[in-house]
Amino acid sequence: MSHSFESFKTRAEAVSAEVHRFGTQEEATAFLLSFLQEEGVSPQEGAVCAAGTFLDGARKDDLKVKAPGLSFEVSQAASASSKVGISQLDWGIAATGTLVQDASAVDKRLVSTLPPIHVALLGTDRILADMNSVLEHLRPQELNYISCITGPSRTADIERVLTIGVHGPERLIIVVVDDLQQVMA
Amino acid sequence: MTTQFKDSIETALHNPNLTGALGRFSEAYRVSRAKAYEGIDFETVRDEIVAAKADASSRFEELAQQFKQNAEARGAKVFRTSDPEQVKQYILDLAREQGVQRVVKSKSMASEEIHLNKAFEKAGIEVDETDLGEWIIQLAHQTPSHMVMPAIHMTKEEVATVFSQEVEEGQMPDIPKLVKFARAKLRPKFLQADMGITGANIAVAESGTLVIVTNEGNARLVSTLPKIHVAIVGIEKLVAQVKDITPILTALPRSATGQLLTSYVSMISGQVPNTDGSPKQLHIILMDNHRSDMAKDPMFKEALQCIRCATCLNVCPVFRLVGGHVFGKTYTGGIGTILTAWFDELKKADDIQGLCIQCGTCVPMCPGKIDIPKLILELRRRLVVEKGQSIGMKAIYAVVNNRRLFHSMLRVAAVTQKPFKQGRFIRHLPLFLSDMTEFRSLPAVAPRPLRDTIKEIEQPKSPEKVAFYAGCLIDFCYPEMGESLVKILNKAGIEVIFPDEQTCCGAPARYNGAYEVAGQNARDNLKALLATDVKHVVSACPTCTVALKHDFIETFKSLGEFDAMAQAEELSAKAIDFATLVKRLVDEGRLTLKEGETLEKITYHDSCHLKRTLNASQPPRDLLQQAGHELSEMYECDTCCGMAGSYSLKLPEISAPILERKLKFIKETGATKVVMDCPGCVMQIRGGLDKEGSPIHAEHTVETLANRFK
Repeated sequence: MSHSFESFKTRAEAVSAEVHRFGTQEEATAFLLSFLQEEGVSPQEGAVCAAGTFLDGARKDDLKVKAPGLSFEVSQAASASSKVGISQLDWGIAATGTLVQDASAVDKRLVSTLPPIHVALLGTDRILADMNSVLEHLRPQELNYISCITGPSRTADIERVLTIGVHGPERLIIVVVDDLQQVMA
Repeated sequence: MTTQFKDSIETALHNPNLTGALGRFSEAYRVSRAKAYEGIDFETVRDEIVAAKADASSRFEELAQQFKQNAEARGAKVFRTSDPEQVKQYILDLAREQGVQRVVKSKSMASEEIHLNKAFEKAGIEVDETDLGEWIIQLAHQTPSHMVMPAIHMTKEEVATVFSQEVEEGQMPDIPKLVKFARAKLRPKFLQADMGITGANIAVAESGTLVIVTNEGNARLVSTLPKIHVAIVGIEKLVAQVKDITPILTALPRSATGQLLTSYVSMISGQVPNTDGSPKQLHIILMDNHRSDMAKDPMFKEALQCIRCATCLNVCPVFRLVGGHVFGKTYTGGIGTILTAWFDELKKADDIQGLCIQCGTCVPMCPGKIDIPKLILELRRRLVVEKGQSIGMKAIYAVVNNRRLFHSMLRVAAVTQKPFKQGRFIRHLPLFLSDMTEFRSLPAVAPRPLRDTIKEIEQPKSPEKVAFYAGCLIDFCYPEMGESLVKILNKAGIEVIFPDEQTCCGAPARYNGAYEVAGQNARDNLKALLATDVKHVVSACPTCTVALKHDFIETFKSLGEFDAMAQAEELSAKAIDFATLVKRLVDEGRLTLKEGETLEKITYHDSCHLKRTLNASQPPRDLLQQAGHELSEMYECDTCCGMAGSYSLKLPEISAPILERKLKFIKETGATKVVMDCPGCVMQIRGGLDKEGSPIHAEHTVETLANRFK
């Protein structure tokens, strides 16, 4: 598993994603709070978070208090005006540094497309070897919208010069948590 | 070729932005592609792609029905049509019904193919491309010059000018700022659009899934924000099963942009909720537009294995000089030539098919295993069948098909060329022939052809005989190459016989689509070369060797003439190129190179047919190094020299810069000699070096090795 994580991290960083790993959900939460603070997230320039096992329940109320500006009410307008979007991803791919999710719920796409920063949460044990392994769990035969995300939005359409952040997020922060037991998507 | 077409080539060649950008890209591309494929077995991946796509194209109808059924069961509406007009009508009707005023699009070649934007504009509906390159092209009122990088021909200065003129004044040529500007200007369009249009890279029949690959994230927005999503999908995107997705996703980003995976891959298999919770309308248009005709064609069905990665553009020595616009409005490069002939019409490909130099560089790199040069040759053949050969060409072929006449004319030329001859070269030709000698000198026709001088060589009588197929260039311009070959084989105790009735191998006719002529050449040569009992038929011209080994058979097949097939196969088995034969003799201990020699530093140029059809890039290198030469490899040693038979006569403006590049890389090695195995390449490279007054010698391996055996 740790081998998968290292490969995942190397690949993801090679495409300009930022990867952080924490042992516990508490540590990850603390990181998230300090990150939102550093980015100056406030009621004026907020953050939106789509539903996921990690941030639901008791932690959600705690976060709401500690991070003013963090909203769990996802809408197109809220996502379009937020600086940070947070969502929990279902799987990671070690071979390419890719995050994969059942994105049939529109909220999950809104928070990961519209804000300039996307924070992606993932359980360490969810990193699999390759696309084939992930497609055994997230089956296009059953799910109507599957999203694969590999690094932030990019283009090289002008003079072949790589530029990060066109229509999607210009930063992708991946937070990998060891004790995050994700429920099967 | 039309004057208009020639002019478009001329314009492209004189656009330094275009040639600079494409040249740099083509060099960087090979490196990043190779790196992206590290740890991946390309052959296995492409076998999987071919299996999936060939299976799909053999049963499009069945898969299209299955796709429709499965996607509709999941809430999509699927419209199937073979007519591009009906695609536009369907979308316009839908737009009208739903009161659509604003449309955003992510990149779709199928929509380019049917000129959808024009239809929207005519109907008074605002349409915006959102892929950055496509948006630039749309604002500049141009067409894409590359399938993956539509605006690769434009500089940041040009982009800034377009943005300033079309969107908002005062944009500076600073790439990050231009990108930010595009983000800011397009964002409200995404948010306000009533309809989103995408293409798809893959359509899976068993699940009704569309797979859409992007880097910018625009397809995610286009398929998420507007309440109506329309996907225009060519039926060649169909595959049977979900498991067919992965090999395509493995190859497409690696081959297209040297990425392991694009930033975003979306797999959409049915209706999803809109941002307000209402169910999104998902319309999928499966468009045929001659694709199923193609699937029925025994040769061209192969082209449906294309995954649109544009490798054949990126590695093409011609594309990197002229760019995409000379190819037409939609599909560009090698595969674009084929698609244009089918999706548009055959005669639209008349001019552009001539751009293919037949070097074969794209063949081993194509993820769909499409033999693009072979298919372009087939287009050429069909064009000739359809509209006939020009009178000038007919006259030439009448001569080539009459060996005695052809050879006597060459003998006459040996005399009449005198006013233009300087030593062994013709450095200038007058009038309309001047293009041929502007960038390189031509070899003078030898005073006595090989067929005469070879009879004067005293050879050992031996039971082991090989027949020598000289080819026109060695026979009439470079007889000394043939004499050296005889000398070397004699040292192995082999007697070389020269069948006098041998004639042109037919390659010039074949490569110009004149298969009837090539077929007659093949028959004449079969008769001449199979008359005596020999173990091998050896040639020192790779193009001729390929003719003997493969093309005679292929030509007969294309013509549907099977009576001489057995002989063609017999000759194919006997045909061998000089370097491979000699290497074998050395390995068997029948030829021995002089030992302890320290010879000059050389560099080696791989001739297209030797490297990519005969797979013999190593034997000549081994022999030259065993002989004592130090080998210093040049950059792009296996890139075409620009000769390519009559190509350099038809398109000297393209042949010249290709040669110029080759000469540059030869000089950079510091070698005093460049060695190669093809007399055509010698003609081109030696002529180029002579024109420059370079001290570097260009030689055939047979000449370099002539005196190196014990």
